[in-house]
Amino acid sequence: MMKKLLFTALLAVPLTLLVQTAAQAQIQKKTAAKATAQRDQLLEGKKVYSKFCASCHQLDGGGVPNLNPPLSKTIYVLGDKSRLIKIILNGSNESLEIDGETYSNPMPQLDILKDEEIADVLTYVRNSFGNKAGAITASEVKAQRTKKK
Amino acid sequence: MKTRLIIPLLIAGVFCSLYAFKNNPSARWMNLPTTDANNAGLKLPSGFGALVVADSIGKARHIVVTKEGNLYVKLAKPVKEKGIIYLKDKDGNGRMDEQTGFGNYGGTGLYLKDNVLYASSNDEVFSYKLNESNEVLDQNNPSKLITKLKKGRQHDTKSIVLDNSGNIYVNIGAYSNSCQEKDRTPGSPGMKGCPILDSAGGIWQFKADKLNQSYGDGIRYATGIRNVVGLDWNQQSNSLFVMQHGRDQLNGLWPDLYDEKQSALLPAECLYMLKKGDNAGWPYVYYDQYQKKNIQAPEYGGDGKKEGSKEYINPALAFPGHLAPNGLLFYTGNQFPEKYRNGAFIAFHGSWNRTPEKQEGFYVVFAPFKDGQPTGEWEIFADGFAGTDNVMSPRDAKHRPCGLAQGPDGSLYVTDDVKGTVYRILYTGK
Repeated sequence: MMKKLLFTALLAVPLTLLVQTAAQAQIQKKTAAKATAQRDQLLEGKKVYSKFCASCHQLDGGGVPNLNPPLSKTIYVLGDKSRLIKIILNGSNESLEIDGETYSNPMPQLDILKDEEIADVLTYVRNSFGNKAGAITASEVKAQRTKKK
Repeated sequence: MKTRLIIPLLIAGVFCSLYAFKNNPSARWMNLPTTDANNAGLKLPSGFGALVVADSIGKARHIVVTKEGNLYVKLAKPVKEKGIIYLKDKDGNGRMDEQTGFGNYGGTGLYLKDNVLYASSNDEVFSYKLNESNEVLDQNNPSKLITKLKKGRQHDTKSIVLDNSGNIYVNIGAYSNSCQEKDRTPGSPGMKGCPILDSAGGIWQFKADKLNQSYGDGIRYATGIRNVVGLDWNQQSNSLFVMQHGRDQLNGLWPDLYDEKQSALLPAECLYMLKKGDNAGWPYVYYDQYQKKNIQAPEYGGDGKKEGSKEYINPALAFPGHLAPNGLLFYTGNQFPEKYRNGAFIAFHGSWNRTPEKQEGFYVVFAPFKDGQPTGEWEIFADGFAGTDNVMSPRDAKHRPCGLAQGPDGSLYVTDDVKGTVYRILYTGK
């Protein structure tokens, strides 16, 4: 009786391990896929950023004192996604105050960018320069663009 | 024994110094304050030294020095409701030790002439009568000379200077980069007959002693000038000189016509001598310092080569792009060596529009002049304000030069609007 129990237990341990490893592998595979997708979006976003954003907001996202606002750790970048998307689609020409400073250059309307490009660049900005915030999808951009029309 | 020896030595020393002071012209430099050990962090030509005379006073823009050696400094943003800072050196060691202030408005322009201090907010110009010691008589009740000037969000500062005929000149900057239908938007064309030029993008002339003037009372002295911060009246040629901030983003807005390197260097930052009625051509043309001519702007059909209309004036001097000239001073002192007399000092605030190239500027340059004409190549005079040679983004610069002024003894003062430092540069001959 004791022997039988021991045998079952011995058999069960490797079995459980096997099942566990398989499950873990599957999870890891899924995460890896997700990470690749995210990494691609960041990579694509960086390209858009270099071309359309860096000259004013600078490569480090620090902006230019008195002229162009910083993009690091501000509520405009990390907060409400739709407000952020609308700044790209409509531009902005009002004095937003960040940490007691205002910035005088206008944000151009960049609705010439495709939904994916806007999603990529905003995801890049929300996850660079010390920022950590959720990704933005092309469909979220599309929704705002449709609303606008 | 020891004391008996020291006293005659001391007496002899004093007599020797007095004798030297009387007979050796270079000994008059003994009156100058001692410079800081590291020349306040500045790199200067040999024989020059520098000291910090004030620090942390706010966003220090333009500056004037009274004949007593006291300073007025205009702040971009008031600190504790004081937009003009008055600094005095009570113990005579060259470092300012008393700070007061008045004028609860931000701005850039400041000028001193014939016992009157002139100061500007971003849409008005005021004057303050001074007593015989050049101190403001009534800090709270200045005369409002000019009002209701156009103030956009961009280029809103109003630099000022006076001539010798009772006129005051005011820069009214264009509230736009290049008058595109959609400002700073890639591919957007320029507005036909740029409407901004009616009330901005030029220098206006008003009377220096008349109250409550606005556009109807002044004249548009010169037009087609995007934005000016540094300006001065050249006493030798009796004419106005201004430093224009040239347009931004040739590559960002027109990537098919300009690459990033061209966009970092073009267009030139121009020093113009302005006569009444002159037109420098903004937004239709920009000056290319390599082709040495005005080039048609891409917003108005230009391709980087096509020459602009001949009606637009050429600059007296052209500097590399985007350096942001914020201070201009023609040197009339005699403390500095002969070559500096009547020449131009220009304070460059430093660029932001050269990404991905490294940023440039953050120094004071010198250009030799005679009778209002440049006589040689310009050179960097004072460098090291940024505290690093590698400024990738302007935020990396610890100090940024802005205003310039000449002291009664011929010292050169430079303001910094990042940390609010005021520097004094001297010629010691050492």
